[in-house]
Amino acid sequence: MNELLIVQNITKRFGGLQANNNISFVVNKGEIIGLIGPNGAGKTTLFNCIACFYNVDEGKIFFKGSDISQSTPQRNCQLGIGRTFQIVRVFKDMTVLENIMIGAFLRNKHPRDAKRKAMDIAAIFGFAHKLQLKASSLTIAEQKRLEVARAVATDPELLLLDETMAGLNVQEVKESVELVLKLKERGITLILVEHVMEGIMSIADRVIVLDDGEKIAEGSPRDVINNDKVIQAYFGDKYHAKRREFTTSIQ
Amino acid sequence: MEGILAQTIVSGLLIGFLYALIAVGLTMIFGVMDIVNFAHGDYLMVAMYFSFWLFFLFGFDPLFSLPIVTILLFGLGVITYYLIIRPIINAPMLSQIFVTFGLLIFLRGLAQFLWKVDYRMIPQTLSSGNIEAFGIYFGKPQIIAAAGAVICNGVILWFLKKTRLGMALEAVAEDKEAARLMGIDSDRMYALAWGIGIASVGIAGVLLSSFYYVFPEVGANFGLIAFVVVALGGFGSIPGAFIAGIIVGLVEVLSGFLIAPSLKFMFVLAIYLAVVFVRPQGLLGHK
Repeated sequence: MNELLIVQNITKRFGGLQANNNISFVVNKGEIIGLIGPNGAGKTTLFNCIACFYNVDEGKIFFKGSDISQSTPQRNCQLGIGRTFQIVRVFKDMTVLENIMIGAFLRNKHPRDAKRKAMDIAAIFGFAHKLQLKASSLTIAEQKRLEVARAVATDPELLLLDETMAGLNVQEVKESVELVLKLKERGITLILVEHVMEGIMSIADRVIVLDDGEKIAEGSPRDVINNDKVIQAYFGDKYHAKRREFTTSIQ
Repeated sequence: MEGILAQTIVSGLLIGFLYALIAVGLTMIFGVMDIVNFAHGDYLMVAMYFSFWLFFLFGFDPLFSLPIVTILLFGLGVITYYLIIRPIINAPMLSQIFVTFGLLIFLRGLAQFLWKVDYRMIPQTLSSGNIEAFGIYFGKPQIIAAAGAVICNGVILWFLKKTRLGMALEAVAEDKEAARLMGIDSDRMYALAWGIGIASVGIAGVLLSSFYYVFPEVGANFGLIAFVVVALGGFGSIPGAFIAGIIVGLVEVLSGFLIAPSLKFMFVLAIYLAVVFVRPQGLLGHK
């Protein structure tokens, strides 16, 4: 069984607004999927549906073969789905070590084991010398990294990263890309929501494009950026001139 | 004069530890779920009655009743959460205030109905008596109560910082959604916070019952003081509540001794006003 996540015709409404409309796709084990689209396209809603912060109105979501469409975030986490937030939400009053320990506690009942595991993960994420610092004293880039570390500590098979590269400088984006590849090496399947194109295009195996709540394209990064519908969604009809500029900037 | 002053300070410290224990549950419930439990002092009253009846009916000394009442109050806290608090968890703050205030009136009314308004007292306990040291007299029940309060506060702090469950509780207190992503069931953590919060005020009630009258309104005064302590220490801060409890205890006895006993609560409540004006987040709280 190679299919880790199956999203089947899901629809999520908020009152009259259809944030996600009849979206389907499959994520295979070990893949990195990029989820892109203009602001308000429904990317974060889709994340929230997969993580079960929202329950879908229609359709089904299967993870490792079991139906999770009406599950809860804590159950999903136990099943092996991790996620981060668009706006960082680390436990600010806790130390770096404690933050990662909270994640590690999910599969390590004893504080000693959780601590050992948290130290291992901290080392991977470059926090070895910052274990005792309060999370609130870290830079935003570090806090974003800590959030990923905390999620990784729960041993996810599927990790949803919501704009971990937004607001980072070029160097930090580079580090972030390396980090994502490191996660892939650990056998974690990833879905990334990202606005930073150069970050995502170089590492994604496949890209899914949302616009106005609907999936308008899916395929390799190269195919997707040459797709007319995608260019239209990003730039509108009139900006064909911009098209060349856009594609070359990404390539 | 110095002897009496020293005596006063010691008794202020002793009662301060107990205030801290009463306040810890209040600040914990607030810290974890942002709900102010106005009925907090009345759980103290319930625990004191439990202790009294266990003594009156079965001859249990408060020290023997302690574990029994602690378990009972833990259960009562959990039941309160599931029955009354859970339905209003996302309600506006005003509704939450009405609910816990209603609970206060209900508990006091129930106590008056069941046990009359008489003042009752456990006459003689294992811990009755005094000890003398350095010319200062210590009431044994007060010392036991203070020691119990210190131990209890220490255990709660250790639990929150060093255990899996305690850290999960702190995570929920900081960010419920993020905690759920770590696989933590926030609903169960809320129930746990109510259990521990009410159990700790229950312990304080039993300790208090060995040297204080039991009557349906007894929670009013202690509940009010608990609010002052929590405000001074910082809402949600447990170390803050501990320090503030001691300060409030000292202010109470010293103002009673140096100025006038009838005015002592005025000074305690003045602390509250001072905190609100000068440092609304309290000593160790956050803005």
